[in-house]
Amino acid sequence: MSSTVAGLVQIGLLILALAVVYRPFGDYMGRVYTGTKHTRVERAIYRVARIDPESEQRWSTYALGVLGFSFVGVALLYVLQRVQSLLPFAYDRGAVPPGMAFNTAISFVTNTNWQSYVPETVMGHTVQMAGLTVQNFVSAAVGMAVAVALVRGFVRSKADRLGNFWVDLVRGTTRVLLPIAFVFAIVLVATGVVMSLKAGVSVDGQTVATAPVASQEAIKMLGTNGGGALNANSAHPFENPNAWSNLIEVFLILVIPVSLTRTFGTMVGNRRQGYVLLGVMGALWSAMLAVIWAAEASGLRPLEGKEIRFGIPGSALFANATTGTSTGAVNAMHDSFTGLGGGGALLNMLFGEMTPGGVGTGLYSILVMAVIAMFLAGLLVGRTPEYLGKKLGRKEVTAAAVSILAMPTVLLIGAGIAAVLPSTGAALNNPGSHGLSEILYAYASASNNNGSAFAGITVTNDWFQASLAVCMALGRFVPIVAVLALAGFLAEQKKVPVTAGTLPTTGPLFGSLLTGSIVLVAALTFVPALALGPIAEALQ
Amino acid sequence: MTTTFFKQAVAGLRVLLVLTVLLGVLYPAGVWAVSRLPGLQANAEAVDTTLVGVDREGDQWFHTRPSAATLPASGGSNKGELNPDYDAVISSRRATIAQREGVSQDRVPQDAVTASGSGLDPHISPAYAELQVPRVARASGVGEERVRELVAAHTAGFPGEPRVNVTALNRAIGSGAE
Repeated sequence: MSSTVAGLVQIGLLILALAVVYRPFGDYMGRVYTGTKHTRVERAIYRVARIDPESEQRWSTYALGVLGFSFVGVALLYVLQRVQSLLPFAYDRGAVPPGMAFNTAISFVTNTNWQSYVPETVMGHTVQMAGLTVQNFVSAAVGMAVAVALVRGFVRSKADRLGNFWVDLVRGTTRVLLPIAFVFAIVLVATGVVMSLKAGVSVDGQTVATAPVASQEAIKMLGTNGGGALNANSAHPFENPNAWSNLIEVFLILVIPVSLTRTFGTMVGNRRQGYVLLGVMGALWSAMLAVIWAAEASGLRPLEGKEIRFGIPGSALFANATTGTSTGAVNAMHDSFTGLGGGGALLNMLFGEMTPGGVGTGLYSILVMAVIAMFLAGLLVGRTPEYLGKKLGRKEVTAAAVSILAMPTVLLIGAGIAAVLPSTGAALNNPGSHGLSEILYAYASASNNNGSAFAGITVTNDWFQASLAVCMALGRFVPIVAVLALAGFLAEQKKVPVTAGTLPTTGPLFGSLLTGSIVLVAALTFVPALALGPIAEALQ
Repeated sequence: MTTTFFKQAVAGLRVLLVLTVLLGVLYPAGVWAVSRLPGLQANAEAVDTTLVGVDREGDQWFHTRPSAATLPASGGSNKGELNPDYDAVISSRRATIAQREGVSQDRVPQDAVTASGSGLDPHISPAYAELQVPRVARASGVGEERVRELVAAHTAGFPGEPRVNVTALNRAIGSGAE
């Protein structure tokens, strides 16, 4: 069987699996977030944490809940890394240095999983399990909570409450992420993924590091986190041993972001509203997959940085899924991709990660872009725009614009400063335009909370540790606060009735408008920077 | 607002501590416990694993792909496609392999001169395995026909790419030579 046919069969199997679970899983998540009953586990958690699950919050309190929870998350994760040598299963890995521990704490709390450390020599098993894995769950659950709060903003009428952040957080964790991660962790062990508390195994006379990989691997993918238990991430045979595990991991990356469009359609009472978002996500995702695959297949040294067992199609498929979401796991080294292939992965992030985006973040990002698209359409016809029965006035559009502009602002400022700093030259692994691409990719990854890298770049100096941490924090929390404000403004409004003048948002016209907005916003913002990096390289 | 933030942060700390017990202790412990089951344990502990490949010195062995990893850590070269310094590295690898196998340089396949993402790729292409058969047969004393049979036995295909597992193959060569 030729490589191309094998690749197409893999993509077919993936799409089939997603199609099978789309409706039941999307509807299940809808019930999770709209149900009124609490499970026994949840009631126990609320009792111990002294949370009143029946009280609902205004958008501002909801946002402060997110910020407060994330703040203590950073603090705890920082402390865990600093006292690592006192914890079990640390082996000879001592306290993580302060700058690296700070960067890593921000990275995992913001769902980025940017890794400036080499896990095999820096991070002990206890920090990986009790620190990093915990944030892999809860940062994903935070993203889903914010998305659900925004959907409630559209659904509710003349309401000042968006729900209870703690309830949304705990439900997303215990009813969605935990059971699926547990099952798939076992499935991954069955495919060959390791789950060992030892430091390493001897292979033909050499020691290869091991870790409790499977438990982290499952949630790393399902929560679109991406932080590898081992340095080579999903390129490592212990994290991703064969083509089946590779397909399972790509499925786990996509299953929640894709199915959330169904959840959205169900919650707003018109499933076609969700299908059109899925259509836009799917169209851009497929187009980018074709670009990356074709570019890699025609590379000068296509197998550099790739594993034979995945080949070019399996590597392109993974790269497209990991950068189209906020995952950032890699099964091949993006730094060694072609100008166009690596540029495609970069562009996926610059779209703002909504094709289909991270868990929750993808849905709220594309809904914000839908608000922008309807605003643009409103300008064209000179009419106050509406979306899902809510008027998009000054306040709403401002919140949406702040949410959209946060990422490019911190990205371009950060990358711009880094590019002129004298210390940056020594950090790069490649000369010329590809070196600039390494910088751009790093800041795009941090600002979008992706976490993948053109990993040749050495990001352990103080400037990179600090500036990338700032980009991760602002790229995460500015949009979240803006999205929750938008949700609050929308919930206050009364629903306006559909009239002959209302632009329908379930058909191809709206789909094209939304696709165009995504591409145009990215193009207007980033073409100059891309021209000096990946475009220049692709033309050489 | 500061008071609300403080209150939320304190509530957040309580929730986080409870969830750390559930997700950071019970969950990995549960996965670890289930992975002790027969049939899973060998995978979980990478017993006699053939998933990773490290190069063995000596002409009697099949060679893996070049590795950019510094063991025990894994990793790739991260060299860009147009990196001129790396071109020189690739050329020298090609020349070395061609000389080692006694063939012309244009017969050396791509995977033989490029480093994998993990630096631990156990696989090589069937073409690179075929290139090494005569030398391995000669040096190991295992007949060429038998070596070809062993290569075929360690070749896999769909759903991945066609590939030969060097780690497993070398172990078979080793026991065949004894």
